Amino acid sequence: MAGKISKSPKGGRRSPSVEKKGRSTSVESKGGRRSTSVEKKGGRRSTSVGKKGNVENKEPPAAKNRRDSSSSRNDDDDDEAFGNDDEVDDDDMSDDEELEVERQSRLLDARRVEEAEEAEEEYRETIATNTSIYHLPLKEELDKDIDRVVPPSELKSHIESILEVLADFKNRREPERSRKEYVDQLGLFIAELYGYLPELVEYFLTMFSPSEALEFVDYSDKVRPMVIRTNTLKTRRKDLALALMKRGVSLDPLAGWSKVGLKIMESPVPVGATPEYLSGHYMLQSAASMCPVLALAPQPKERVLDMSAAPGGKTSYIAQLMRNTGVIFANDLRSDRQKATVANMHRLGVKNVITCMHDGRKLSKLFKQFKFDRVLLDAPCSGLGVISRDPSVKVQRTIADVKKTAHLQKELLLAAIDVLNHKSKTGGVMVYSTCSISVAENEEVVNYALSKRDIKIIDTELDFGTPAFTRYQQKRFHPSIAKTRRFYPHVHNMDGFYVAKIQKLSDKIKGESEPSKKEDGVDEKSNVDELDAERKTKKDKISVPPTREVNTNKKNDKKKNAKMTKPRRMKVEVN
Amino acid sequence: MRPLTEEETKTLFLKLSEYIGKNVEKMINRSDERYCFRLMKDRCYYVSESLMKAASSIARDSLLAVGTCIGKFTKSGKFRLHITSLEYLSKYAKYKVWVKQNAEMSFLYGNHITKSGLARMTENTPQYSGVIVYNMADIPMGFGVAAQSTEHCQQLESNGNVVLHQADIGDYLRGLEDDFC
Repeated sequence: MAGKISKSPKGGRRSPSVEKKGRSTSVESKGGRRSTSVEKKGGRRSTSVGKKGNVENKEPPAAKNRRDSSSSRNDDDDDEAFGNDDEVDDDDMSDDEELEVERQSRLLDARRVEEAEEAEEEYRETIATNTSIYHLPLKEELDKDIDRVVPPSELKSHIESILEVLADFKNRREPERSRKEYVDQLGLFIAELYGYLPELVEYFLTMFSPSEALEFVDYSDKVRPMVIRTNTLKTRRKDLALALMKRGVSLDPLAGWSKVGLKIMESPVPVGATPEYLSGHYMLQSAASMCPVLALAPQPKERVLDMSAAPGGKTSYIAQLMRNTGVIFANDLRSDRQKATVANMHRLGVKNVITCMHDGRKLSKLFKQFKFDRVLLDAPCSGLGVISRDPSVKVQRTIADVKKTAHLQKELLLAAIDVLNHKSKTGGVMVYSTCSISVAENEEVVNYALSKRDIKIIDTELDFGTPAFTRYQQKRFHPSIAKTRRFYPHVHNMDGFYVAKIQKLSDKIKGESEPSKKEDGVDEKSNVDELDAERKTKKDKISVPPTREVNTNKKNDKKKNAKMTKPRRMKVEVN
Repeated sequence: MRPLTEEETKTLFLKLSEYIGKNVEKMINRSDERYCFRLMKDRCYYVSESLMKAASSIARDSLLAVGTCIGKFTKSGKFRLHITSLEYLSKYAKYKVWVKQNAEMSFLYGNHITKSGLARMTENTPQYSGVIVYNMADIPMGFGVAAQSTEHCQQLESNGNVVLHQADIGDYLRGLEDDFC
């Protein structure tokens, strides 16, 4: 044997054509043998699989048996191979070269067979471990070692096993344990592993499938690439990229949809303090926060309101798209943050901005006469989408906070719609966005506005992002809400974000028509009737063109239906 | 928000003319739109007329800034230019100074410009006149006062000051936001 092996290098030296020939012949000659051996093995295999299939249910000891049997089988194969070897020697002694080639290919074959068997064994083992039923720890069991610090690896394995169980729940559950128990426990494990408040993870689990929730939480911990936006008021992206590359910064264009974004891959200098930054050639801005402005699509010479502007990233982007013409109101309640806005506007050379500090909810009274062509409401939010930027959210934010911000957002959104000029020739459009992924702060808020004001949701004109939910738990939203967009860290590698584009149709206030009239009556006693009459006629003119009549009827029908079903839903909730 | 008084206008224009000379006129008589100076909490803003009208609907307390802040009046009645005015100063600049790459950062940290860091300079710059500082890529970096006239600068030692620092774009990072509003 050893002698033959030492010869083998010669084979390598042979010209390729010869080698090919040799191989082809060897294959032919071997063909029959191989097939038989494969058949044999195949037969054996199938039986062994059958056995294992039976054994597998018995768990660990079975695995051992299997290992033994497979190893013995390997030995058999080897023997067989050697046996063949002898035969070959006897048959083909006359042609030495061919034999050499044959031997090599045979050795190769043997190795291949061995590998295949190993792989199969592994496969079987994994099946065995996977089909074994995972024991979901009981509450008592967990309470026992509540003081123990559970290592992350153990938590991870728990999470993985629960996910596996949930993926094939029928077959792999422990009897008498409900799906909810598994999901709840999964939430607790994820919360502990990633350092969240349990209720937040629970909330994520109501929105995502369990595996997606895990992915989301996992990606929320990862740092997003730093992104800068070229200030086209002062420079061009090409020039900026060159200037930064001179400083040793390695960068890439952000994505196909942005003409101004640059992704910083690596930088030896602080990107927020280069002379280019200080002279206002770019702004640090995440990819996600460019989206609402792109959706808003402001035109030159318009009147635009940015309702919560600080620190002015989006405001300056708007100014840039408007080429420093028209008027932009940058409003934010917080005076300390608004100072940063002022500094940024000056640095970036934006000249058409008025910075003010009003309460956004009161703006509708302030701008009764001077309404806006476009409004951007980047509402204050719980920040559940930007956990990678502010990890304190994990432990500080509660669902109560989410509800509180949602309430504020509803007020702000109504105020924003109220200051929008629906008669504007170019606009009459607003964008609502948050950096949160919770349904309560996004779809619910927009849905609320749909029920209170005469608006419609239009396409965001962003060709990426996932459509928003139209149904969530027991709630059902207006179907047009599917036109709004969500962005996720684990899908788009951006911050979690929500963008809705809204067109205002008229000043009509839905639902509150009667009480508002009463209020008017209190305010202006003398003119009440005349004014009301005028308003009514105006509304009629606007809202009842012949084509729309059908629609309105339909809407009414829907409403009736909704009223019909509401009590039922209430019952469900009560149960 | 109110227009400047005559005296204030005079001090402001005197200050501006130190840097941009007669070009002050161009700032007032613009071809595109009428611009004006407005005073708000001692700070002077340079605003287009349409923007100024739009801002009139905002209450005084909650109005933070309009247009571009040029600088502020000190308690003693003098006028101090802020770095935010750089855009206009550099546009109409009369005397310019270019700094070498290695001296760029030093100036941005608030230091004077020495002879060794000086690359180019407008000829015939008189002593103590206002100059705008650029880097080699022609990006305006700030402004200062010429410590020497151009001729004297040529004979100066390498560590002698050429431009005395007044303001630079590093101010944006140094937490001087109070200066802007």
